[in-house]
Amino acid sequence: MYKILKAEKLADKIYLMDVEAPRVAKHCLPGQFIIVKMDEKGERIPLTICDYDSEKGIVTIVFQIVGASTEKMAHMKEGDAFSDFVGPLGCASEFVNEDIEELKKKKIVFVAGGVGTAPVYPQVKWMHEHGIDVDVIVGAKNKDILILEKEMEAVAGNLYITTDDGSYMRKGMGTDVLKDLVNNQGKKYDLCVAIGPLIMMKFVCLLTKELGIPTIVSMNPIMVDGTGMCGACRLQVGDQIKFACVDGPEFDGHLVDFDQAMKRQQMYKTEEGRAMLKVLEGDTHHGGCGNCND
Amino acid sequence: MDVLKKVPVREQAPDVRNKNFDEVCLGYNKEEAMEEATRCINCKNAKCIQGCPVSINIPGFISQVKEGNIEEAYKIISQSSALPAVCGRVCPQESQCEGQCIRGIKGEPISIGKLERFVADWARENNIKPEGATEKKGKKVAVIGSGPAGLTCAGDLAKLGYDVTIFEALHEAGGVLVYGIPEFRLPKQSVVASEIENVKSLGVKIETNVVIGKSVTIDQLIEEEGFDAVFIGSGAGLPKFMGIPGENANGVFSANEYLTRSNLMKAFRDDYDTPISMCKKVAVVGGGNVAMDAARTALRLGAEVHIVYRRSEAELPARVEEVHHAKEEGVIFDVLTNPVEILTDENGWVKGMKCVKMELGEPDASGRRRPVEVAGSEFVIELDAVIMSLGTSPNPLISSTTKGLDINKWQCIVAEEETGKTSKDGVYAGGDAVTGAATVILAMGAGKAGAKGIDEYLSNK
Repeated sequence: MYKILKAEKLADKIYLMDVEAPRVAKHCLPGQFIIVKMDEKGERIPLTICDYDSEKGIVTIVFQIVGASTEKMAHMKEGDAFSDFVGPLGCASEFVNEDIEELKKKKIVFVAGGVGTAPVYPQVKWMHEHGIDVDVIVGAKNKDILILEKEMEAVAGNLYITTDDGSYMRKGMGTDVLKDLVNNQGKKYDLCVAIGPLIMMKFVCLLTKELGIPTIVSMNPIMVDGTGMCGACRLQVGDQIKFACVDGPEFDGHLVDFDQAMKRQQMYKTEEGRAMLKVLEGDTHHGGCGNCND
Repeated sequence: MDVLKKVPVREQAPDVRNKNFDEVCLGYNKEEAMEEATRCINCKNAKCIQGCPVSINIPGFISQVKEGNIEEAYKIISQSSALPAVCGRVCPQESQCEGQCIRGIKGEPISIGKLERFVADWARENNIKPEGATEKKGKKVAVIGSGPAGLTCAGDLAKLGYDVTIFEALHEAGGVLVYGIPEFRLPKQSVVASEIENVKSLGVKIETNVVIGKSVTIDQLIEEEGFDAVFIGSGAGLPKFMGIPGENANGVFSANEYLTRSNLMKAFRDDYDTPISMCKKVAVVGGGNVAMDAARTALRLGAEVHIVYRRSEAELPARVEEVHHAKEEGVIFDVLTNPVEILTDENGWVKGMKCVKMELGEPDASGRRRPVEVAGSEFVIELDAVIMSLGTSPNPLISSTTKGLDINKWQCIVAEEETGKTSKDGVYAGGDAVTGAATVILAMGAGKAGAKGIDEYLSNK
């Protein structure tokens, strides 16, 4: 069992948990992910790593309620435990293997969207710990679902926050900020790392292609085992099929087929919707959704 | 009784079992087993033993069954096999022990598999456990993977007195026995879990949720965690796809994914959270045992199922018994048919598959007649799901993170057949990770060889 040492609600539908998982914590690197399973009958849920403490053996995860399983998970509290917690999975971000001096010469911008701020954080923190100041753009729908602002501020070179509705700081999308920085404020970037919802990554990539900035994105498709065995997480990347779990999760954003990835993300939507209804309605659930037998 | 014929084994009726996940074959009872055992002529130079990858003393255990001494029979089998209840169910006996049986020359061979299964099931029901080591060696061995190769290797080493820990990547031990082979062929709780308990009762520890190469590397196991030797039984790997247009459509699954959802995650049960696509008409592409498992699973989930295979029925690589069972249950075989494109609707879901008819030409490298496309034979099957069952390619997680571990041109780990010895000192390997996808019993044979190799290595160290 993997004990939850801290459980905190960060924003509407977004939760943070510190989990005791020494083997995972010891080998974590930025860019990697974990798979968690609540109990015997639970799903295997892939989640990005938000932070880790190798010495204390703690991994911090952040998740958003998107379906029945994450809804149940949100009810877990400090002292509860996950039956399974496996990782770190996937490849680390490419930059961790680069020569530090070479990396220091690069101008890097991170674009985080919504809950994607969580996996961006350990990358920015890693940069900070290696003496590299990077620009970070964080976009959120509104003020209430902005997360990790203080933490990000502590490690980012420049932090630019924007909200879709203008309820906090700038008004607009992350792409608007990036466009402004490059076109009007004389910023030049050698690399962009964009993590967030598929649609947001797609638009960042369209923009950076135009601006000529190489861009890395982190994909989080449907997965079962997370070790390469099932192939559910396959993506079209250029002319190749890649498995996000072993070849990724980070890829050249200019080569990823986002439209296909978005379609694949919908695969279990009907089943998920029914399962969610069952959780929300509890004892009053009568199976009117169609497919339930109970 | 007709001495030339096997005592028939009871099975669930096809039109009943194709709607449930309960075991198809019901097995022998004691009377039936003892009767079948009387057919064995106890050959001096027993060919069946040579046909068995783990060299079970087959006439030895059968003669005990004949006398009704089932516990003795179990002890004889346990000397050679850690997983008899599994092997009795999933071994391709027709090409191994039973294929060599002298009885088989004139009539049907002895039903060795069904007898082995009976003995193992009897031992479980009567709570008979295999015997463990009396003396400890004080040396630690890490076994990677808890599938048939790993469990066998671990069991053998524990019996020799080694301190063995198995590392399993998934949340449950058993490897392909748990994620791959369906419940109706191999019951998970009663058979697989209890065989694993037997291995644990020998002193073997199992740590789940450890992905070697990610959570910890082989070099770290040796240098930091004090393991004296390592056996890699990490299994096959990444599913293959055909590379045809439309293959990433919603509703196209690898057999690995489909089976893992149903078997490991128990998606076929309402009380488990993992979803599985409920389809109405499914094509399973491929003709191996895994294809049969996927087809029969889809059938039980309520679909009309077609096996689409590019060669003819005679070349189907699946076991005859599996093909027979699949047909009985209502799986439709579209042989000499090859998919060329998967057709999708406007939302990206499968709506059909374009195929061509094939005919057999000259034999190819595998010795089987090469299928050749029939010109102008293109046609479309309407479908809402496609399951690709085309085999696997090796997983690079371990080979890419272990210094000095050689792989061959197919990316499989290079290991000596008799000992499992690899290019890296103290590291042994066997099973699908070495051979590419094969059978449970061949993996068990490799696990045994690895245990022998490791014992020799550590005894001389």
